[in-house]
Amino acid sequence: MFRTVGIRNLFLAPFCIWAGIFIFVPLIFMLYYGLTTPEGEFTFGNILMIFQSEFFHSLEMSVLLALISTIVCLLLAYPLCLILVERAKSAGTIITLLFILPLWMNTLLSTMAWQTILESNGTLNQILRLLSLPDMTLINTSTAIVIGMVYNYLPYMVLPLYVALTKIDKSIIEAAKDLGANTWQTFYKVILPLSLPGAVSGITMVFIPALTTFAISALLGGGRILLIGNVIEQEFTFEYDWNLGAALSIVLMIFIVINMALTVFFENSHEEAEK
Amino acid sequence: MKRKKIFKFLLTVVLTAMVCLNLTGCGGKDSAKNENNVYVYSWGDYIDPKVLEMFEKETGIHVVLDEFDTNENMYPRVVEGAVHYDVICPSDYMIQKMINNKLLQPIDMEKLPNAKKYIGKDFFAQAESFDPGNYYAVPYCWGTVGIIYDKNVVTEPVDSWTILWDEKYKDKILMQDSARDALMIPLKIMGRSINETNEKYLEQARDMLIKQKPLVQAYVIDEAKDKLISGEASLGVIFSGEALMIMNANPNMNFVVPKEGTNFWIDGWVITKDAENVENAYKFIDFMCRPDIAVINFDYLGYSTPNTGVYELEQNEEFKNSPVAFPNPEVYKNQETYKYLGNEIDKNYNRLWMQVKVD
Repeated sequence: MFRTVGIRNLFLAPFCIWAGIFIFVPLIFMLYYGLTTPEGEFTFGNILMIFQSEFFHSLEMSVLLALISTIVCLLLAYPLCLILVERAKSAGTIITLLFILPLWMNTLLSTMAWQTILESNGTLNQILRLLSLPDMTLINTSTAIVIGMVYNYLPYMVLPLYVALTKIDKSIIEAAKDLGANTWQTFYKVILPLSLPGAVSGITMVFIPALTTFAISALLGGGRILLIGNVIEQEFTFEYDWNLGAALSIVLMIFIVINMALTVFFENSHEEAEK
Repeated sequence: MKRKKIFKFLLTVVLTAMVCLNLTGCGGKDSAKNENNVYVYSWGDYIDPKVLEMFEKETGIHVVLDEFDTNENMYPRVVEGAVHYDVICPSDYMIQKMINNKLLQPIDMEKLPNAKKYIGKDFFAQAESFDPGNYYAVPYCWGTVGIIYDKNVVTEPVDSWTILWDEKYKDKILMQDSARDALMIPLKIMGRSINETNEKYLEQARDMLIKQKPLVQAYVIDEAKDKLISGEASLGVIFSGEALMIMNANPNMNFVVPKEGTNFWIDGWVITKDAENVENAYKFIDFMCRPDIAVINFDYLGYSTPNTGVYELEQNEEFKNSPVAFPNPEVYKNQETYKYLGNEIDKNYNRLWMQVKVD
C-alpha cells in the first residue's frame, strides 16, 4: 500500500511544483508588496488607498460593468441552452462547437476585430448608412466594453449551463407537464432550480474575468474609461509603484474570494437540499 | 531592509529559474556569452533594421536590441538591472532623472568624432536644460508636439490649442494618453510653463481636461497614427515625426505648432553606468551620428534629426521642403523642454491625470 501511495504522490509532484512556482510564490510576493512600503516596512496604507476617489471610482465602474455583462450573458445563455438541449444531440453539439470556436482565437485579436466593427467609420455604421439609418456612437464608451466582455465571456456561461441542463432527467420535466404545469411553471419550478449550479459556476466564470480585465477596456474604451485592471496595470508598468499595484490586486482578490465563497456556499446548500 | 533583501533574492532565484527553463528551450545563440556585443535599449521601431546590419558588417559587433514603448516602462527595467544595457535612448526628462539617480556615465566626446562634427550646436544648447554641461547625452531625434487636422473637416485657421475645446469637433478629437503631454496643453493655454509645479495651476489644468473629456474621441499613444490616416479622427495632438508620416499617407492632413507654445523634445543616446561594453557603445553611438547612417534612419522614422549632415544627403524633395521634417530650429528657440520634476511632483501629475481619466 505504502508503495502505491508513494508512486501516486510522485505523479502529483509536477502539479505541486507548478502550483508552487506559478501560484503560491507569486501570491506571497503580492501579499508582501501589497502590505509593505517601498522601504520594506509593514503597512495597511497601500490597501487603504482604494478609498481614494480615483481608485474607488474605477473599482465601482469595474464592478458595475462586470455585473451588467454577467447579467447579459445569463439572459443570452439561458434561452440558447434550453433550445440546444431540446435539439437532437448532433445539432446541439455543432452549435456548442460554434460557441467554443471563438475561444480558440486570441482574445486580443477578437477584441481588435470589435474595434473595427464599432468604430465611427466601422462596419456597423457602414451597414447602418447603407440602410439609411442614423450612425451609432459605440466605440470608446462603456457600452463597447460591455459588448466586448459579453462576446469574450459568453462561452464560459454557455458551457456550464449547457452541461447542467443536459443532466436534467427528461422524465422529470415530462412528469411536471403531466401534473398540469404549464411551460413557464415547468421552467420556474423544475428546470431553473435544477440548472442553478451550472448558472452559478457560469456567473463566477464570467464575473471574475470581466472584473479583472484590462485588455478589453483598453482596446474598446479608448483610454476614456479606466477600470481597476487598467489602474493596476499602470501602477506596475508605468508608475513603477509595485506596492500600490499589489495592494489594489489584493483588494480585487477580496472580491474574487467573496464571489467564490458564495459559489461554494450555494453549491453546498444545494447538495444538501437534494439529499 | 533585510527582509526586503531576502525577498529580492527569492525573486531573483525564481526568475532565474524561469529564465533558465526558457533558455534551454531556445538553445545556444543568445545564451552563449558573446564578447563582442553591444546591448541597446531603444524606443520601438526607432532604428532602421538595415542600419543594424550595416553596423554589424562594418565593425563585427553584434547589436542586441531591446525596445520599450514609454520612458516609464524603460526606467524600472534599467534600475532592476535584469539585463545590463550599454546604450539607451530615453527622452529629455527621463535622461535627467537617470542622471539624478546616478544610472549614467559621462560621455567622452573625443571618442565620438561624428557626433562632435555633425550634431548641431543648437541641440546641445537645448539639451543643457536637462543635461547641464552636456556630459551625458548625444541628441538622436527631436521634435515638437502640435495639432494635426483634416483640412476638409476643419476649415477655419488652426493656430491655438483652444480649438481642442471646440464643441464643433465633438468625438473627432484625439488626445495623447500620457500625464505630461496631456497636462502640458491646458498649462500652455493658461500661459504657464510645461514644467509647472504649482498645485493650484495643475489642478486648474486638470479641470480643463475634465471639461474637455466629453468632446474627446479617445486618449491614445501609438493608435493615433492609424486613426488619423483612416479618417476615424480628424483633429488630434501628435508628435511632429508621426505628423510627417500621417501627412505622407493622407494629404488632407496638416500640422501646426500652436502659438501658445509647446514641448520641444529631444531623445538622446546615453551610456549606462555599469555598461559592460563601453568601447562598443561609443562605436555604436558614433555610427548612428554618421550622416549617411542618420539619413537612412531619418527616412525610416520621419523624426527630425539634429544631424547637420542629413539635409544634403536627403533624396526625397518633399521631405526636404517640408517645414515639419526640417523645421528651422530658430523658430523653436523659445520653446521649453520637459524637465524631471522629482518623484513627488511626478506622482502628482500622474494622480491628476488619473482623475481626468476616471471622471
